[in-house]
Amino acid sequence: MDTDTINAIVLFSNFILVPGMTYGAQLALGALGITLVFGVLRFANFAHGDMMAFGTMIVVMITWWFQSLGITIAPLPTALLALPLAIVISMSVTLLNDRMIFRYYRKKRSSPSTFVIASTGVMFVFNGIVRFIIGPDDQRFTDGERFIIKAREFKKMTGLDEGLSIKVSQGLTIVIAIILVAALFWFLQRTRTGKAMRAFSDNEDLALLSGIDPERVVAITWIITAALATIAGTLYGLDKSFKPFTYFQLLLPMFASAIVGGIGNPVGAIVGGFVIAFSEVIITYAYKKFLIYAVPPGWAPDGLMQLLSTDYKFAVSFMILVLVLLIRPTGIFKGKVI
Amino acid sequence: MSYLSATGMRGGYGGVDILQGCDITADKGEIVVIVGPNGAGKSTAMKAIFGMIDLREGDVRLGDKSITNLSPQDRVKEGMAMVPQTDNIFTSMTVQENLEMGAFLRRDDIYATMEHIFDLFPILKDKRHQAAGELSGGQRQQVAVGRALMTQPDVLMLDEPTAGVSPIVMDELFDRILEVRKTGIAILMVEQNARQALEIADKGYVLVTGENRFTDTGAALLANPDVRRSFLGG
Repeated sequence: MDTDTINAIVLFSNFILVPGMTYGAQLALGALGITLVFGVLRFANFAHGDMMAFGTMIVVMITWWFQSLGITIAPLPTALLALPLAIVISMSVTLLNDRMIFRYYRKKRSSPSTFVIASTGVMFVFNGIVRFIIGPDDQRFTDGERFIIKAREFKKMTGLDEGLSIKVSQGLTIVIAIILVAALFWFLQRTRTGKAMRAFSDNEDLALLSGIDPERVVAITWIITAALATIAGTLYGLDKSFKPFTYFQLLLPMFASAIVGGIGNPVGAIVGGFVIAFSEVIITYAYKKFLIYAVPPGWAPDGLMQLLSTDYKFAVSFMILVLVLLIRPTGIFKGKVI
Repeated sequence: MSYLSATGMRGGYGGVDILQGCDITADKGEIVVIVGPNGAGKSTAMKAIFGMIDLREGDVRLGDKSITNLSPQDRVKEGMAMVPQTDNIFTSMTVQENLEMGAFLRRDDIYATMEHIFDLFPILKDKRHQAAGELSGGQRQQVAVGRALMTQPDVLMLDEPTAGVSPIVMDELFDRILEVRKTGIAILMVEQNARQALEIADKGYVLVTGENRFTDTGAALLANPDVRRSFLGG
């Protein structure tokens, strides 16, 4: 392989593969929460993005508190240390929220659309609480080492023109996502409670006839969802930055991920997360430099070779969502039809 | 006094009474079949006995205990099990997981019961790791009955277990139900295939417009000219 090809591969990895994997893992964790709530509670939870923002806000504040006390776990970000406590808090808040709002509609046996509207209300409330407490601005809470591999070091090491950089936040996102997904699937496939959750999602009436306690299943679903949302939000915040509004915007790609994969199906949520993430990254990347390496000299393009400006990245998930709903509403892995 | 006795049941959906004071009783080791024309309230009677609809009048007793005011879930705890007519398996779960879910309330070792069910329905043992939704209609019914039996119930209720299966499968299923009876539990069954069901019944009820019209042994009902003419097609 000649140097140009290797440079092209490194460039591709640096700007598409690594960011796509990271963003995909973050979307997958978010979409898993959406899909679990849809499977068990049977409604699309529009509050999921803002629940993520809420959980992350708690992490940010605990991180600041730890930092002020001088507690850090360098080279890892202090936010990791703050996570467990923040997860417990957001689990409690989520359960309280269910008890105060969603349980009432369950008792009334309200239609899924009523639930969706109620969740929209919850979304606004969480949105307001987060802005009230921490404000609408960007918040920095990253510390510790920033890079696993720096582009400059990579260039020096390999002698290539192109560098590959991997941020700590990116490495952490992928490792934590793998651990969480493995744990979640073990829980769903192997434990009594996990199986009860799947049974309840599959056939609610029969689950009741089998003596499965619906309130317990619902509570466990919220607990898992709160944990996933807080972790996904924190990883996203470490990777980019924490700004409440971006979490609300993540709702669209997260829902697109869940639906593309097949809503109600956890495997689908993960695959969907990567499909959406890579579509966004691939379509909005400017290929000029990549092509200069990849094509014979003289064929190099003059333009940026960018299909869509990054400003329109949300249009990508929206288009995919519309296409899936038109062509295959059950998604890749045969989830439920919305 | 029978083990399961539902007396003077009156009630239905909303304000309309479908059951007009009907009685159903069943003893352990007995197959009891409810037959009757469409709209006679067969399934409604079944649902009422299991607590899925509220009764306006009447009493349901299990052993020496009144269970009239218990929810279906609590009746499961008391030893009743129900196989609904449709949607009676967890389609996305394996056969074995379906059985495990049937035994959800039990804290003791369920694998002896599971082996017993595999003896009863050998095909389920072969397909234990397959998703139940991928099985044929007759096999699905076996999963459904197996799931219900996992609670080790005293009363097994089947709502039209042979609906939509072929005659051969129906015969096999009835054979299995006879096997289940040998374990000494009460079996209460609603059936459209009245003639075949009455052949295996120890007791049969013919319901018409929510009332008991005929009650007798299965054989006697099959021999009764009135029953034959009106309900069994001659």
